[in-house]
Amino acid sequence: MTDTEHFVEIKHAQKSFGKLEVLKDISLNVARGQIVAIIGPSGSGKSTLLRAINDLDALTGGEIWLDGVQVNKNLPYRQYEKHINQMRQDIGMVFQHFNLFPHMTARDNVTMAPKLLKGLSKADADKLAEEQLDKVGMLERIDYYPSQLSGGQKQRVAIARALAMKPKLMLFDEATSALDPELVDEVNQVMKKLAEEHMTMIIVTHEMDFAASVCDRVLFMDKGVVVEEGPPSVVFKNPTKERTREFLRKHLAGAK
Amino acid sequence: MGLDFTVVPEHLDVILLGCLWTIFIAVAAALVSFFGGIIFAVIALYAPWIIRQPFRLIEWVFMGTPLLLQLFLIYFGLVQIGIDLPAFVAGIIGLGLHFAVYNSELIQTAILSVDKGQMEAARTVGLSRGQALRKVVIPQAVRDVIPPIGNNMIALLKDSALVSVIGVSELTLSAQRVIGATYRPFEFYLVAAAFYYVINLCMEWVQRRIERRIAISR
Repeated sequence: MTDTEHFVEIKHAQKSFGKLEVLKDISLNVARGQIVAIIGPSGSGKSTLLRAINDLDALTGGEIWLDGVQVNKNLPYRQYEKHINQMRQDIGMVFQHFNLFPHMTARDNVTMAPKLLKGLSKADADKLAEEQLDKVGMLERIDYYPSQLSGGQKQRVAIARALAMKPKLMLFDEATSALDPELVDEVNQVMKKLAEEHMTMIIVTHEMDFAASVCDRVLFMDKGVVVEEGPPSVVFKNPTKERTREFLRKHLAGAK
Repeated sequence: MGLDFTVVPEHLDVILLGCLWTIFIAVAAALVSFFGGIIFAVIALYAPWIIRQPFRLIEWVFMGTPLLLQLFLIYFGLVQIGIDLPAFVAGIIGLGLHFAVYNSELIQTAILSVDKGQMEAARTVGLSRGQALRKVVIPQAVRDVIPPIGNNMIALLKDSALVSVIGVSELTLSAQRVIGATYRPFEFYLVAAAFYYVINLCMEWVQRRIERRIAISR
């Protein structure tokens, strides 16, 4: 059973670190092929929410569903590990600091998991690496190590690594925040390309222009709650909440 | 009586044979200490309590007692419980485990200092914790500690002279035997020292080559 309207479903997500409540009862639906941007000041809980979706940060309450399967199922430890490892193969993630494996070439970064987890032969793995690295424009650097690549190139390889598992959903955690300004665009182009291929994506970002141009929906979060959500035309142009207006005013002024 | 090195050539065969034994024992023990060090480090960091505790006792024995005593225990002691090892095997095990414990300390620290994002990235593509350690974290940790492990290996080479006491005819014992026949201790100890020095240089050369090869992949 696949429900395209409720492809990703977050139900009453709640997360606390001790007494600090970082997510307060957040619910969200993402349809298949939809692209959702999460914006908000630092400490608003947006990264925590994103990291809860593949259980890097476990929720203290609430449910995460992907394509009809609950991600954070309540299972005994061993069974849960098996389940979550399986689930994570369907959820690609891209990090702010790339987290490429420095001891592997671009090729091996891309093929390590498919070879290990899906038993790909060397020939198939090589084909996969070429395919995925070509998609992000990194085919020429296939045998380079991360230390030989620029930040933008590293991030493109990291995207290829995530795509190689053929995920159903891609999560981007401030994928361009650590990049020099002139390198941001090459990564944004790759993300746009994924958008055109109707990859379902949830993007935590500080780049309002990019969010406005590719996303179907924007969530503004502050202090662990979703303050406002809607299409970018509404949230960016005519926000209804004062807190959203204030954030956008500061942020857009800061960007200039 | 002055130094007279003219007696050296006719006994060089014995010295060279001792040299080969020293190289063989040092290399074998170095391999034991390297892979043993990785296994010990993983046990110390990740094994359940029930395995970790007896392991800590072993660790304490190898760190807290003289290597000489450890060699006696393995060679003469184990016979009593029916484990009769050839002297060179006992020497390799003793030296190997002794330095495995020191390597393990280095590797543990290195594992803990591998960026947390590496484990996270490995888990997000679906690897289990064990797979992530094996494929991502440990290879990086080991690369980080190649230089200090190299230092341990030089110490291991020097301490390999101790296996002479359980009767392995390595370089030091070979020199002693020649001295027994010629009464020329100064000359032959100097010759042995020169050979240790040359083996040491070779080890440093290998270490530098490894370091250069992995420089790009760190």
